[in-house]
Amino acid sequence: MKKLLSVQQLSKFFGEQLACDDIGFDLYEGEVLAIVGESGSGKTTLLRCLAGLLPPNHGRILYHGKDGRQVDIVLASEAVRRNLLRTEWGFVHQDARDGLRMGVSAGANIGERLMAIGDRHYGHIRSSAEQWLGRVDIPISRIDDSPWTYSGGMRQRLQISRNLVTAPRLMLMDEPTGGLDVSVQARLLDLMRGLVRDLGLAVILVTHDLAVARLLSSRMIVMQNGRVVEQGLTDQILEDPQQPYSQLLVSSVLQV
Amino acid sequence: MSSASYNFAYLSEQTKRMIRRALLKAIAIPGYQVPFASREMPMPYGWGTGGVQVTAAILVPEDVLKVIDQGADDTTNAVSLRSFFVKTAGIATTEATAEATVIQTRHRIPEAPLTENQILVFQVPIPEPLRFLEPRETETRKMHALEEYGVMHVKLYEDIAKLGQVATTYAYPAKVAGRYVFDPSPIPKFDNPKLDHNPALQLFGAGREKRVYAIPPYTSVQSLDFEDHPFEIQKWDHTCALCGSDDSFLDEIITDDKGGHMFVCSDTDHCRATQEQK
Amino acid sequence: MYVAVKGGEKAIAAAHRLLAEKRRGDVAVPELGVEQIEQQLALSVERVMNEGSLYDRGWAALAIKQARGDLIEAAFLLRAARTTLTRFGYSTPIATEKMEITRRISAAFKDIPGGQILGPTFDYTHRLLDFALAEPGEPLAPAMVSELALEPPVRVLDLLRQQGLIEAATQTSTSPEDLTEAPLNFPAGRDLRLQNLVRGDEGFLLALAYSTQRGYGRSHPFAGEIRFGSIEVMFTPEELGFEISIGEIAVTECDMINQFKGSTEVAPQFTRGYGLVLGQCERKAMSMALVDRALRCEELGEERGAPAQDEEFVLSHSDNVQATGFVEHLKLPHYVDFQSELAMLRQMHAEIAAKKKAAAE
Repeated sequence: MKKLLSVQQLSKFFGEQLACDDIGFDLYEGEVLAIVGESGSGKTTLLRCLAGLLPPNHGRILYHGKDGRQVDIVLASEAVRRNLLRTEWGFVHQDARDGLRMGVSAGANIGERLMAIGDRHYGHIRSSAEQWLGRVDIPISRIDDSPWTYSGGMRQRLQISRNLVTAPRLMLMDEPTGGLDVSVQARLLDLMRGLVRDLGLAVILVTHDLAVARLLSSRMIVMQNGRVVEQGLTDQILEDPQQPYSQLLVSSVLQV
Repeated sequence: MSSASYNFAYLSEQTKRMIRRALLKAIAIPGYQVPFASREMPMPYGWGTGGVQVTAAILVPEDVLKVIDQGADDTTNAVSLRSFFVKTAGIATTEATAEATVIQTRHRIPEAPLTENQILVFQVPIPEPLRFLEPRETETRKMHALEEYGVMHVKLYEDIAKLGQVATTYAYPAKVAGRYVFDPSPIPKFDNPKLDHNPALQLFGAGREKRVYAIPPYTSVQSLDFEDHPFEIQKWDHTCALCGSDDSFLDEIITDDKGGHMFVCSDTDHCRATQEQK
Repeated sequence: MYVAVKGGEKAIAAAHRLLAEKRRGDVAVPELGVEQIEQQLALSVERVMNEGSLYDRGWAALAIKQARGDLIEAAFLLRAARTTLTRFGYSTPIATEKMEITRRISAAFKDIPGGQILGPTFDYTHRLLDFALAEPGEPLAPAMVSELALEPPVRVLDLLRQQGLIEAATQTSTSPEDLTEAPLNFPAGRDLRLQNLVRGDEGFLLALAYSTQRGYGRSHPFAGEIRFGSIEVMFTPEELGFEISIGEIAVTECDMINQFKGSTEVAPQFTRGYGLVLGQCERKAMSMALVDRALRCEELGEERGAPAQDEEFVLSHSDNVQATGFVEHLKLPHYVDFQSELAMLRQMHAEIAAKKKAAAE
């Protein structure tokens, strides 16, 4: 399995305040890694650093590109980072409104990445959009509707398909099921599991919900107060947490 | 109380030099918007101060100036700007496109093909083609620098999805020399093909927004479109009622209060010349 | 038979003659003198100098007469005149602490060294229309003026600074940028922001300042000091090599004391907002100080969200000469572009009609 991402000694401070400290891990193609913690643990800050949206104070983020070249996200130019986020990477925001153009139709939202990389055939862009709507269980008849008319769950699925249209290798997701009804969450998680499997996506998923982590991820990092408390195979940590904080987290999950 | 006195073409030589330097930069990077320190002029912002500053910066006493607005020499603002230059520069003026060396225009390109000896100066209200999609200057600057023009095609896609065709009929965006997307000013899309490989130098001035840009002679200018929805210009079911022209931009004149109308060339000089030929 | 109507030139000339007639008004009424405007409408003159960005009372008064009282039109005239002037250098920064005080107040303290000097102000008048002013008045007895301090009074904010209770005034080692020499780029430095605000529309700044007080970017302001008076302008000509006074101008300076910043570790200090305008435009100076403080939100680590805190929004729309130009330019002919839109609309109507017809068959 090819290594996709190597994070080394990543730290981020806001003034005196520590957000995340000395984070390190590797990610391989097709792997789903969950970063788990409560609010204030630093997990979202970590994700934003990985996406190149926040400059870390220390550390390296090495990405192995499709062309075989290695890029340090921390040192790369804004042009490189912005381009990556539109092609080989995807970012799914907790609130779909942050990841969509609410003022244009669903079809335009999905087609935008294709147009950004030079696709100039309206018919082709539209049929790609139709395909991807189908992939995420959105009726094709909704292709010309604005995301304002979509439900929360639909918007989230639209956001996901908008990212997938350029066949990214790595997806970063920030609480993708947050704020959704339980049944809607379940449907979304099912969809995501299928997509990850079918497309061989690598995912870094930030969540406070251990059930989501269990369902989607093969590996897990537990964070508390900006530091890594425990990391390893998801199943192992959930079955047999070693650290007191992990034990606390696992035991407090409502057994449904 | 002392009164002010004026330099040739109103602007000080220092100001003209500053504008020319900006224009040289603009010519060196076709389609790129160059910021410049626009001066307050005796006509309001929005009335063509950008075009006037560009013209004032390049005029020499031997120039022959034509000023048009909506294609006509006799519209009120064209009259006003032409008399401004007569007053402050004393240069010869003309209504005949072929005789002019500098043509300042608002919202039209003359129908008569231009030559290498001519400069066309456009008055521009909003120089930024991305402005209506992205209001922030800090963001649009980045988008131009990184060639992130996907969002422009998103707008075209939306039009086709909603209306069956691209709904932009003027200020139609185009790509210059294969690199920068620019706003050609509110000329009707009918005039866009004239921008491409024009022998004349084309200069664009936006006074209020403080930008100049340029298309050097013989530069490629391609209007944005899709392969399966190619760029098309307007057509009329009529010919000009005065000269019979069937390939010029036509103005609609309402002739009575029962909806009667007729169509006449917007370019008054072209109309006159065609009539004289007959 | 339609004949293209020519005569735009004649129409414009006639319009200008009509304008001159309207400007003069009823010839039985005495013509307004420029000195009358300068003396008796001083606050209009000062507003026009600020927005016209030029200190010349005579020219400003003339502009007001020419503009028939339209102050934005007058500011425009002054700006256009300004363009024709050669700049021969920069003065020494004016020393407002040396101001010859006409009015000086502080809302932050009951009494201050140098005293609270009310000066000429509308503040305590009762706004009752005074019909006596409709007739020429009797010569007034000179107003009783309190003994002015022999020394220019110390700045209230300097007193707070001495006690470490307020942040230092911003010092920059580089020379300030000039708004009229280079186009505004964002992010703009505080020097450019303040220049932009001085020449900005008083109404716009007033509304933004008001919005900060109503919760759109609140900064808990106190009027630390407002001082109005005259100040000498010093300049060092190259040929002489030493400083000379080139004249006196009247200015109003406003120091706002705002929300303090600090923590349990770093001792909190009040923050500043600053306004400086030509003449006695107190409302403008105060509004400027409130907006200045709002625009410093990022520098002070505050959450940005209100219109007054949005630098690009505020600075791009503050210039009323630009604003009126663009708004009013809609009066210019736009019939070519409108014709394009009409053509498109008619085409779409035709297509829909054809579709309906085809469906019906």
